Amino acid sequence: MIGGLFIYNHKGEVLISRVYRDDIGRNAVDAFRVNVIHARQQVRSPVTNIARTSFFHIKRSNIWLAAVTKQNVNAAMVFEFLHKMTDVMAAYFGKVTEENIKNNFVLIYEILDEILDFGYPQNTDTGILKTFITQQGVKTQSKEETSQITSQVTGQIGWRREGIKYRRNELFLDVLESVNLLMSPQGQVLSAHVAGRIIMKSYLSGMPECKFGINDKVLMESKGGKSGQDDGRGTSSSGKTSIAIDDCQFHQCVKLSKFETEHSISFIPPDGEFELMRYRTTKDISLPFRIIPLVREVGRQKMEVKVVVKSNFKPSLLAQKVEVRIPTPLNTSGVQVICMKGKAKYKASENAIVWKIKRMGGMKECQLSAEIELLNTNDKRKWTRPPISMNFEVPFAPSGFKVRYLKVFEPKLNYSDHDVIKWVRYIGRSGLYETRC
Amino acid sequence: MTDSKYFTTTKKGEIFELKAELNSDKKEKKKEAVKKVIASMTVGKDVSALFPDVVNCMQTDNLELKKLVYLYLMNYAKSQPDMAIMAVNTFVKDCEDSNPLIRALAVRTMGCIRVDKITEYLCEPLRKCLKDEDPYVRKTAAVCVAKLHDINAQLVEDQGFLDLLKDLLSDSNPMVVANAVAAISEIMDASPNAAQVLEMNSGTINKLLTALNECTEWGQVFILDSISNYTPKDEREAQSICERVTPRLAHANAAVVLSAVKVVMKLMEMLDTSGDYVSSLVKKLAPPLVTLLSAEPEIQYVALRNINLIVQKRSDILKNEMKVFFVKYNDPIYVKLEKLDIMIRLTSQSNIAQVLAELKEYATEVDVDFVRKSVRAIGRCAIKVEPAAERCVSTLLDLIQTKVNYVVQEAIVVIKDIFRKYPNKYESIIATLCENLDTLDEPEARASMIWIIGEYAERIDNADELLESFLEGFQDENTQVQLQLLTAIVKLFLKRPTDTQELVQQVLSLSTQDSDNPDLRDRGYIYWRLLSTDPAAAKEVVLAEKPLISEETDLIEPTLLDELICHISSLASVYHKPPNAFVEGRGGQRRVLPAKSQQEGTVEEMSAPTETTQQPPQPTTVIPGADSLIGDLLDIDLGPGPSMMQQQMYPQQPPVQTQASGGGGGMDIFGEGLDNLLGGGPSGGDMLGGLGDIFGMPQSQSYIPPQEVWLPAPKGKGMEITGTFARKNNQINMELTFTNKAMQPMTGFAIQFNKNSFGLMPAQVLNIRSPLPPNQSASTSLPLNTTGPIQKMEPLTLLQVAIKNNIDVFYLSTQVPLHVLFAEDGEMEKKIFLATWKDIPASNEVQYTINNDQHSADTVSQKLRNNNVFTIAKRNVEGQDMLYQSLKLTNGIWVLAELKIQPSNPTFVLSLKSRAVDVYEAVRQVYVNILHN
Repeated sequence: MIGGLFIYNHKGEVLISRVYRDDIGRNAVDAFRVNVIHARQQVRSPVTNIARTSFFHIKRSNIWLAAVTKQNVNAAMVFEFLHKMTDVMAAYFGKVTEENIKNNFVLIYEILDEILDFGYPQNTDTGILKTFITQQGVKTQSKEETSQITSQVTGQIGWRREGIKYRRNELFLDVLESVNLLMSPQGQVLSAHVAGRIIMKSYLSGMPECKFGINDKVLMESKGGKSGQDDGRGTSSSGKTSIAIDDCQFHQCVKLSKFETEHSISFIPPDGEFELMRYRTTKDISLPFRIIPLVREVGRQKMEVKVVVKSNFKPSLLAQKVEVRIPTPLNTSGVQVICMKGKAKYKASENAIVWKIKRMGGMKECQLSAEIELLNTNDKRKWTRPPISMNFEVPFAPSGFKVRYLKVFEPKLNYSDHDVIKWVRYIGRSGLYETRC
Repeated sequence: MTDSKYFTTTKKGEIFELKAELNSDKKEKKKEAVKKVIASMTVGKDVSALFPDVVNCMQTDNLELKKLVYLYLMNYAKSQPDMAIMAVNTFVKDCEDSNPLIRALAVRTMGCIRVDKITEYLCEPLRKCLKDEDPYVRKTAAVCVAKLHDINAQLVEDQGFLDLLKDLLSDSNPMVVANAVAAISEIMDASPNAAQVLEMNSGTINKLLTALNECTEWGQVFILDSISNYTPKDEREAQSICERVTPRLAHANAAVVLSAVKVVMKLMEMLDTSGDYVSSLVKKLAPPLVTLLSAEPEIQYVALRNINLIVQKRSDILKNEMKVFFVKYNDPIYVKLEKLDIMIRLTSQSNIAQVLAELKEYATEVDVDFVRKSVRAIGRCAIKVEPAAERCVSTLLDLIQTKVNYVVQEAIVVIKDIFRKYPNKYESIIATLCENLDTLDEPEARASMIWIIGEYAERIDNADELLESFLEGFQDENTQVQLQLLTAIVKLFLKRPTDTQELVQQVLSLSTQDSDNPDLRDRGYIYWRLLSTDPAAAKEVVLAEKPLISEETDLIEPTLLDELICHISSLASVYHKPPNAFVEGRGGQRRVLPAKSQQEGTVEEMSAPTETTQQPPQPTTVIPGADSLIGDLLDIDLGPGPSMMQQQMYPQQPPVQTQASGGGGGMDIFGEGLDNLLGGGPSGGDMLGGLGDIFGMPQSQSYIPPQEVWLPAPKGKGMEITGTFARKNNQINMELTFTNKAMQPMTGFAIQFNKNSFGLMPAQVLNIRSPLPPNQSASTSLPLNTTGPIQKMEPLTLLQVAIKNNIDVFYLSTQVPLHVLFAEDGEMEKKIFLATWKDIPASNEVQYTINNDQHSADTVSQKLRNNNVFTIAKRNVEGQDMLYQSLKLTNGIWVLAELKIQPSNPTFVLSLKSRAVDVYEAVRQVYVNILHN
C-alpha cells in the first residue's frame, strides 16, 4: 500500500510530507526530487523505481504530487487516489497552487490523516468529508451529530445524508458530450468517438429513489422484449431511434448489479452536483464540423494554406465559440490571412493561426486562406505538420443520446414524481477534434 | 490569516522561542506554535528537541490541535521512545471517549507509533475497539491490526487478533468488511502462519461479494484484489463469481475496473473455453478496457501496460479495437510508446494498411525515441504480416530518403531483420542502403549494415572495399561491430576467395592478436583454424542457411505472463516484472493461474478423439530439408534488438548435418559428429532391457494397419513409397512397397532411420529388387530391432526415415503404431497389477471415451489379446463390464488400463495409468484402431 505521500512545488521544495509506513524513510523525499523533479531528461513515465522504491506522480500546473511505496501496490488505485486527492483539495480551497497548499497545510494534513489509513484509501467523498473536517476544530458536536457523521462515513449510502429538505424539489440534467475526431487530409475518418458525461444537480428532499431512462439500444430492446408490444425502436415518443453505447460507467450511487441484471439505471442521488454517468459511443456520430485543409509549400520560403470549415447540422441550430487552430512552422516570419467570416490572427507565441468565429449556423461553409513567409534555417529536420485542431460548442448531442425519463420516488415524504421540476440540456463540445494536413 | 507564514520562520534561536510558546497558557498561542513545529517538520528540520513540550499539548479538547500533536508524535516517537510513553495514558483515555471520532483517532494514531513499549498497551484498547458499537471505530481498528502485525506479528497471532479480524468479515457495515479484507490480505502476504488461519473459503468469498455492492470505491478494490487470490473449487463456482464481479466493469473508478478485469481474466482459465459464457465474457471485457483510454494519462499508462499483457494472453479480446490505440498528437510520450507496442500486437492482415499509414505518420514526429520505435514497428509489421512486407519495405525506403540520421539507422536495423525473414527477396534495395553507409554512427546500425554486406557479398561488387573501409577503425569499434565485421569478412572470403585473402588475414590478426576481448579472439581463432584446416567445412559452418526469425517479437515468456496476469493493475503489471524483482524481503508466494479442473480436462479430450477416430491415421509429412535446420550459431549476435530475442526464442534445434561428400554406400545421413553439441547425448540405453523375443508366441491375427503413401511420387522424383508396420512372430516389420513412376530404372536402394523414441532401427539391409524398372512395384518386409539410438520425439511415435536410390536421398517421416511395440510378456500378475495401480498417483490417470462398434467384452478382450494387450481380470459391476488390462512396451514401460463397457452406451470408457504419461495418446490411438478393425 501507499507508504508515503509528498507534495512539492516546481523547484522541488517539499510542501507536504506524510509518511504512512515504516519502510519509507526521509531520504525518499530527496530521492524523488533528485531523480525526477531535477532530472536532466524529462521524465518518461509516471511511475519511477529508484532503489527498489516506487514513486507514482502526477502534476497539477507546477505542483508535483508523489505517492511512494516499497510494495506491489495496485497502481491504478494509487493514481485514482492521487487524482481524487487533488479533487478533494480543490473542493476545499480552490485551485491547487503552491500558495493555497501552504495556506492550508494543516487542513491538508488533517485530510490526509482521514482519507489514507496505513496507506489504504478510505472514504474520499468531499461532501462527507466536509461534514467533519471543517477547520473549525473548536466546534464540539453533539452525540447525535457525531454518530450521524460516522454512519455516513462508513455507511451504505455514504454519499447522502438523511433529513435533507427543499421547499421546491428540482433537478437539472446536463448531457455534456465531447466529440473526438482524427481525420486524414483526404477527409477519411481515422478515428472518432464521443465521450459523454451526464451531470446531475439534484435538489430533492429526503432519500429519493431515481430511475433514469435513456435511448440506449440494449436498454430499450430489453424493455421492449419484455412487454412484447413495442418493437423497441423508432416508435418511442421522442421520434429518435436508439443509439449504440459502447461502454458506460456510473457514479458509485448507481446500483450496478441492477443495471447488469435488469438493465435499469436506478440510484439515490447525492445532494447537489455530481457526475451521474459517463459513456462512450463510436457508431453513427454526426460530426458537427468538417475541415478541408490545403497546404502547399511554395519553395523554401513560402507556404500557402487554405482551410474550409463546413458545418453539418440542422440550419436552425447555432454553433458557438468556434475556433480553428492552424499550426505554422517554427521559422515563420510573417503571415497574411484573409477570411470571410470571423477573425483570424497569427499568434507567434503559439506558432499558430487562430481563427475565431463567434456563431455559425448549420449547413454553412467558411473559408480562410493564408500566406506564410518562412525564414531560411539551417535546421535540416523537416517541419512535422501538426494537425489542425478545432474547438466549438453546439446545442445538441452529436451521439444522438436522448434522455427518455427520470422518475423520482420518495415514499416517505409527500411529494411525487409530478411535483419535481426537471430540466434537461444538451451540449456538444469539441474534444480532440483534429484534421491532419 | 493564512498558514503560509509558518513556512518562513528561519530565525536562529527559533527552537527556544517555540518552546516558550508551546508552554504558553493561551490556547491560541499554543496552537500557533504547534503549527510552526509541524511546518518545520515538513521541510525537514529537526524539531525533536521539543518532544516533551509538544506532548504536553496533547491533553486538549480541541480536535484540530490534537491531530497536529498526533502527527508530531508519529514522526518522532521512534527517536524518543522513553518520552513517547508519556503519551500512552492519553491514548488509552481517548479510546474510551464518548466521541467515536476521537476513539478512532486514538486507535489510528497508536498503531502508527512504532515503539515496543507502547504496543503492549495497545492490545486492550484495540480489542475493545474491534468490537466497538460504532462502525467508524471498527473500520479503523481493523486497519490497526495490520499496523500492529507489521510491528510485532507474534503479538497479533498470540493475542487472537486474527480471529477477531476474521469475524469482522461478517460485519454488517461494508466499509468495516473492506478494511478487514485489506488488513487480512496484507497479513497473509507477510506471514505464512497467519495465512493458515485467514485462508478464504467459498463462504467468506460469498460475504465479500455481498459487501462488494455496497462499499466505497476503494473498498471494492480491496475486495476484488482479495477475491483474485482465491481459487474456486470448480467451474461452477468460478462462473458464479464472474457473474457477480462483471457489473463492476461499469464502475467509474479505473482501479475497480482493472481489479474486476483481473478476477475475470484469472477465473476464465477455469471455464470451458468453448462455452458461450467465455465468449460473452470476452465481449464484456473489451469496452471497459477501451474506456480506460479516455481517463487521465497516468491511468491510461497503467491501463496500457495491462492491456499489453491481456492482449498477449487473449488476443481475441481487443482484436477489433485497433483504432483506439492510434496515437494522439498531444498524448504524453509514455502513452504514445505504449500505444505503439499494442498496435503492433494487434496488427493483422485485415488492418495492416491503416496501421502502416499511421506508423508512417509517426515516423515524422519530433520525439526521437518515439520515431525510432515507429520505424522499428514498421519492420515488425513486415515480419508479422507477410503480404504487407513489400509495402513496409517501400515505406522504409521512403523514410531512408528523408536522410534524418536516426531514422536511417533505425530503418537499416529493421531491414536486416526483414532480410532474415525473407531471404533473397529484397536485395534490390541493397544499393540504396549502401548510399547511407557514411552516416551510420550507432553500433547497432553499423553492425546491421555490415551483416547485410557480408550476407550478400556476392551481389555487392565493391563489398571488399566497403568492408575494408570499416576495418580502418577496427580498434575503436564497439564489440558488436567488431564481431560482425569479422564474420562478414570471412563470409566474403569464402564467397570470393581470390581477391580477399589479404583482407581476411588482416581482420583475423586484428581480432586474435590486437584485441583484449575474449569473445572476439575466440571467434577469430575458430575461423582461422576452420579456414586453415578445412575450407569446405568452414563454408558449411559460416555460410550455412540461417533459421528464419519468428513473427512475434519480445513476447513475455508464458509462465511470467501467467504470473503477471494474476497481478493485473498492480505495480508488477506496470513493470512487467514479478513482484519479488522489486519488492524487498517478504517471500510472498508466486501467484499462478488456476488450472482447469480435472473433470474439465476429460470433457475436452472426449470430444476430440471421437472425431479423429473416423479419420485415417495422420498423413505423413516430409521433414524439411535437413540443411535448413542448421543454425548458424556463430553468426547471429546483433542483439540486444529483436534479432537477439528471436534467437533466444528458437528452441535449441538439434543441428543436423548433411553428409557433404557422398561416399558410396556409407550413408551417414545424420552425422554423429554434432551429437555432443546436444549435451550429454541420449541416455537410458538400459531401458531396453525387456526385449520380448524370448517367448516365441505365434501371432496370427495381430492388427496391421493398411499401407499408406509415405512418399508421393512427385516428391520422390518418381519413386513412390507406401508402407506400414506389423508385428509378426514377435518381430517388428516395416512393410514397404516401392513403385517406380519415373522413366528410368532405379537402383542402389538404402534406408536409414533417425534417432527415435523407441530406438527402432533396421535389423538388416534393405532387400529389394534392383534395378526396379519403370512402372513396376516391389514389396519387401524389413525386420526392425529396438537397439538403435534413442531420442524422444514429438509426437512420441514419430519416425524419420531417409531412403536413398541412385537419383537422390529422400526424407520422410511417419508414425509407428504403438502396438507393434507391445511386448509378448506384457501380462502382469493380478496382485502386482493391483499394487501398481494403487502405487501410480491418481494425477497420472487419464480417461478417454472410445466409440464402440457393438463389441462384447469377450471379443474386445480377444482382439486386444492378439495385439499383446492382456486382460488380467474382468468384473461385472451393475451391468457394466470392467476389463483390467496390462501391456508392456519394448522399452520396459508398463501401461495399465481399465476399460468400461456398458451394453446400453455406444462408447467405451478407457482409463489409463502409467508412470510415463507421454505414451497415453499413442495407446489410445491403438485402442481405437484395434477396436474399429
